[in-house]
Formats: sequence, C-alpha cells, structure tokens
Amino acid sequence: MNILIRGGRLIDPAQQLDQIGNLYIRGEEILAIDEVPEGFEAEEVIEAEGLVVCPGFIDLCAHVREPGYTQKGNIASETAAAAAGGITTLVTPPTTKPVVDTPAVAELIQDRAAEQGLARVLPMGALTQGLAGEQLAPMHALASSGCIAFTNTRKPVASTLVLLRALEYAATHDLLVIFQAQDQSLSVNGCMHEGATSTRLGLNGISEAAETIEVSRCLMLVEQTGVRAHFGQLSCERSVRLIEAARERGLNVTADVSIQNLLLIDESVSGFDADYHLLPPLRGQLDRAGLRQGLVTDTLQAICSDHQPHEAIAKQAPFAATEPGMSNLETLLSLSLQLVEEQLLELPQVVEKLTLGPARILGLDDGTLEVGTQADICIFDPNEEWRLEPAQMRSGGRNTPFAGKTLKGRVQITLLGGEIVFRR
Amino acid sequence: MSEPINRCPIQLTENGQLRHFLTTEGLPKELLTEILDTADSFVDMSAQQVKKVPLLRGKTVVNLFFEASTRTLSTFELAAKRLSADVLNLNISTSSTKKGETLKDTLMTMRAMHSDMFVVRHSDSGAAHFIAEQVTPDVAVINAGDGRHAHPTQAMLDMLTIRRHKGQFEGLKVAIVGDILHSRVARSQIHALRILGAEEIRVIAPQTLLPRHIESLGARVYTDMNSGLRDVDVVMMLRLQKERMDSALLPSESEFYKLYGLTRDKLAFAKPDAIVMHPGPINRGVEIESAVADGERSVILDQVTNGIAVRMAVMSMAMSGQLAEKNRAQPDIDNLNL
Repeated sequence: MNILIRGGRLIDPAQQLDQIGNLYIRGEEILAIDEVPEGFEAEEVIEAEGLVVCPGFIDLCAHVREPGYTQKGNIASETAAAAAGGITTLVTPPTTKPVVDTPAVAELIQDRAAEQGLARVLPMGALTQGLAGEQLAPMHALASSGCIAFTNTRKPVASTLVLLRALEYAATHDLLVIFQAQDQSLSVNGCMHEGATSTRLGLNGISEAAETIEVSRCLMLVEQTGVRAHFGQLSCERSVRLIEAARERGLNVTADVSIQNLLLIDESVSGFDADYHLLPPLRGQLDRAGLRQGLVTDTLQAICSDHQPHEAIAKQAPFAATEPGMSNLETLLSLSLQLVEEQLLELPQVVEKLTLGPARILGLDDGTLEVGTQADICIFDPNEEWRLEPAQMRSGGRNTPFAGKTLKGRVQITLLGGEIVFRR
Repeated sequence: MSEPINRCPIQLTENGQLRHFLTTEGLPKELLTEILDTADSFVDMSAQQVKKVPLLRGKTVVNLFFEASTRTLSTFELAAKRLSADVLNLNISTSSTKKGETLKDTLMTMRAMHSDMFVVRHSDSGAAHFIAEQVTPDVAVINAGDGRHAHPTQAMLDMLTIRRHKGQFEGLKVAIVGDILHSRVARSQIHALRILGAEEIRVIAPQTLLPRHIESLGARVYTDMNSGLRDVDVVMMLRLQKERMDSALLPSESEFYKLYGLTRDKLAFAKPDAIVMHPGPINRGVEIESAVADGERSVILDQVTNGIAVRMAVMSMAMSGQLAEKNRAQPDIDNLNL
C-alpha cells in the first residue's frame, strides 16, 4: 500500500533528521522523505501535523510469557500492547517454560509473533541449557533459528569456568551476550534495594554489591574473551561507572537501563505497595542520578521497558511474596518523555535511546527512517495528556505503579513493515 | 529531629482514631499516650477479683497465626477474653499460604464468618498491611508481628513498663542490645521511643546484626557494649535465634555472650537505677546472665503482666475506631443490626 504521512515532525537520529516534512511509504519500505516520488499516488494519507513521526521503538527487554506463563500474557496480547506503545521490535528473554534452549522454542515464539503480525519478536537464547549454568546451550543452532542474543538472565552462571567457556564459545561465532547482572548469594530472598527504606520496612535487601560484583566479574571475562557483550537493565550508579571505565579502556561493551529505574526510587515502596516490587529493584536517589548521567554521557545507549506482565493475583500478597516487575510496553514512550519534561534529554535524544541506540546494540540496520529501510514507524503526540486506566491496557498484565496517573505523550499510529498495526 | 510523618494512614480513621494497629511508626504522640493511659487502667483492673469488662461483648476475635507462637498468642487470647470477646485461635502453617492466593482466600473466608477483629502474625514483612487492605472496613486488624517489620503491641508493653518505672520518657537514655537486624521488636521500639520523646536511643550489636542505615530511624549505633551502656536508664535486650550461627552472622553463642551478653559487670556501666527488659523467651547465658535476668533491676515479668493490659487497650480502641468507620461506610446495614 502507498501511504503518505503528511506534515509531521520527522525525527530520525540515524540521519540527524529533525524537521517538519512528508514521509512516503510504498509496500514495506520507506520510499522517500519530502520529495514527492515520481508517479506516487497515496492510497492513504495520514495527517501528522503537530505529531512526531519517528522510527518504531526497539525494546531490549520485554517478557511475552509464552510459552509457559500465559496466565500473565501471551504473544498475541503482548504484541498488541507493543503496537499500542509504538514498539515495533521487542527482544524477549528466554525465561519461558520450556526455556529458549532449543530451536523449536525459538521458532515457536517467532511463528506465533508472525501470525499476529503486530510486532517483531526477537527471542534471546539461553546461554546454558535450562539456564542451569552447567552445560552450554546450542548457541549456534539457536542463532540460526533467529535468536538475536544469549543470556543466562538473572540466574548468574555460578561456575566462573562455565561462564568463561560460554563466552569463548559465543565469541567463536560472533554472538552477542547480554548480562542481567545479579550475584546469587547477595540477592537471595531480597525483594528491594538494601537501604534506609528496606531497614525501616524490615524487608530483605538486595545490596548494590549484588550488581556491581557480577558486572565486574563479567567485564573481566569479556575483556579476556573479546565477546560482544551488553549489560541490560543496570540499576546502580557504580555499575554505570564500571561500564564507563571499561569503555574508556577500549572495551566494546554497551548497556541499557529501564525507564522505571530512571524515574522511581526505593522510597516509593514505603507503603508496601507491591506494584513497586521490581527487579532489578528501585535504587536510591544517587543511583537514579548516576543512571541519568550515564544516559547523558551515552554510557547507557538505550532505554528499555523491562516489561514483566503479571496476573492480578501475583501482586496480591504480602510484599516479599509477590512477583516482581511491571507491565510497561504501553507506557514506555510516555514515561521516557518525562526525561524531556525534566530537561535531562532533548526529544531527539530520547527517540535515539529508543530506536538507533538499541538497534546498534543488537547489530540491526533498523531503527531509522532512511529511504529503503522497512517502514517500522511510530507516530505520537508529544503533548497529549492521558490517564493510565489499567482496565484499558492491552497487555495481559495490568501491574503498574503508574495506574491512575496522568501521563504526557501518547502513541497515535504504529506501522510495521508499511502496515498500520495500531491506530488510536 | 523533624516531626514524624504518618506513613501508615490506613491504621487511622478520618478522625484520627485507631482502627487497625499495624505499626508504631508515624502515630501521633497523643495516641500512643492514650494507649498507655488506657492500658494503665487495665493493669489495675487485672489485679482485682473480677477481671472481665464487657467492652468487646458479642464481638468475634480471630487470632490468625501464620507463624508459631505461644506467649504472644496466649496473651492476646487472655486479653480478648477479659474484654468478653469470643475468641478463635487459628494456627496456619506459612508453607501452605506461600503463594498469597490462599492467604487471600483464608482472609475472605474468615471475613465471611463475620469476624470483627483479626490478630495476625506472619513471617512476611508487610503482611499485616496487606491483610488490613483486604479486610477494611469490615474487620479491625492488630499486628502481632510481621516479619522483621513491626511488633507494635510488644513495643507498647515495653513503653508501658518503662513509664510505670521511670514516670516519663523525657530525658531517658535507652539501649537496645542484640540482633537488631532480624528484630521487628527493635524497629517498633525505636519508633515508639522517638515519638514518646526519649532523649537518646542506642542500638548495640556487631555489624552483622545491624541493618544498613539503622541510624536513619533515629538510633545511635554502638558496636561496643561498655560504651553503649554508659549512663543509660533502660536496657532492652533482644532474643538471639540459634540459627544465626548457621548463616555466618556470628561465630558462636559463647563469643556473642562474651561481647554482648548482659552480665552484672556490663550492667555496671548503666545508671545505678537502670532497668533491664527482655521480650522473652530468654536464652540464659546467651543474651543475659541469670543473675541479671532474675535480679532486682529486671522488670521482665512486669512486661508480661503489662502485655495483657496493653493488648486489651489496643483491642478496645481499635474496635471502637473500626465500628465508627464501619457505621460511616454502611449506615443502613448497621441500623438494622441495632
């Protein structure tokens, strides 16, 4: 189909583009910007005056819960939520049941996503079989079946020798490894940041060292093996500094942060509200400041949703007995725009952290409006104020600390490969 | 120090009456004083021939204990009976309710039986808050200990014991000794002492038994017993669980006793008229020397007596706050009951 998106503010960090203009789409591709292509007849015209037109967002961490945990969400519901949030590509961790350690599971996830056709779902493969940290997962076969990266999730490989070998093997095949750093013994039973608030509430803390020690261990092995490595969802200021120092040494490592850790701190937990039970935990004020600084200095190249949908009952128990995480696909953009509101970043910089940044981390050519690339596009109103009503969420999980809050900035239309997959 | 803000609005009615008792944190001084004054009158009454008052007549109190307890459970039971309530004791093992779903179901079931008050003990911090959120406004909730978070009736019986011996809180130096890390009692004591105006609150323990940033609650940290006890008016000992040795928090009981056990020698650093308290049950020769526990400065048995009175006070106050609130919420239904 030929689509003309007319008069929007085109923002594409990959081309350093920020101008009012027209965007022409033919079939699955972006055909032209501004100049009317010869013989182009629009079958649909989208009036985008006052709206931002940018590449569809690429989310580095979103749990889709299928297969295995469909009481929390499934590929249909979560990709619908993604489309409503302007997210066209999402990377999903292997913490399904069974875990993504066989090509069959990787293919099942992609097939289901393709059936729905609402978002591209890129599975991460398990680094070790069953995420047990003992034997290597068949990484080459998994990569051939579409796994974009490999991770052992928040189950750190206990044996440093096994971890070393996994990284060596990944490096052999030039595969990307993603770390979600958390030391096992320092976080056992923990349910929030260890600090004044955890002491006051008598909740078991997860110390900052639980993250920094694992980041340090992984960095040493990355340096030794030369593997392509990325650190997902950092939560501590000191972790940012460790990454910064490694990059200054010339190590090619990247890192991201979830928007919730950029906005909220541990004090929010004060009323035992289980919607604030997140993992990684909400940290202290200094950590939040350090993460924000890391975003500005580009030590953190991407912002992700760390979307973890849950059924209602998973949050209806005493705090420590509830399951961690928030449903965030539908709020990623609005929450990220808060950083513009607070004058930490300019609007194009936020768009970059949601598009080009994650694309480069994954080694994808997407995340741009360049002519000839696939037309994955988000059109949003940066000024619309709206109230987040959990009942209207498309995700299977309505667990969010922002329920009932007024947010600013809202997705209007999402295109995936030239098809309109969401329209408000 | 700044005025403590009320961090737990759920436990008060709109008029500031107690409707649940979940934590001492953030409560106004007047309310804690009212609890102590009410309890004082019950202490005197309990010494009389007829020990019952009809304040909770026709009301059903359910002791929901998800964690084992004998002494707290029995004092709550006795307190409820002296207020003329019907009492049901339920011991529910935590393992079967670990998923929260069953906990919620248990609560709904008990509420459907038209219980008026739950006395709850649970191994998860915040469990009492969760339960109160689920059953408001039908049932009043008294926290009998949740995880490491709070044990407010224990703290208030300690406050009553201090007030009856020392007369007031102003000018008092109080030391809390032992396993602060795992102690819900210590946290509730610190909040109560601060609100009631104690001059100085000290915690004494090795670093392994001190939670991070405990000073943010308003306590001064000591790791040495002799300097920590110097010139204090009140020594509050905490119980040390045997399993602390297994989790590498302490090398041995004997080393703990040598450094932090309350012996006559160490007590000599406190004021000559200092009182010694312990929430019980006591580990003699681990936290405290027998001669001190049984000595003339020990008020440990007074604490037990005061415990019943404080629980009667809290239960009667929460019940009247709860009834006022319920009437506001469902005026028609309650008119029918009249």
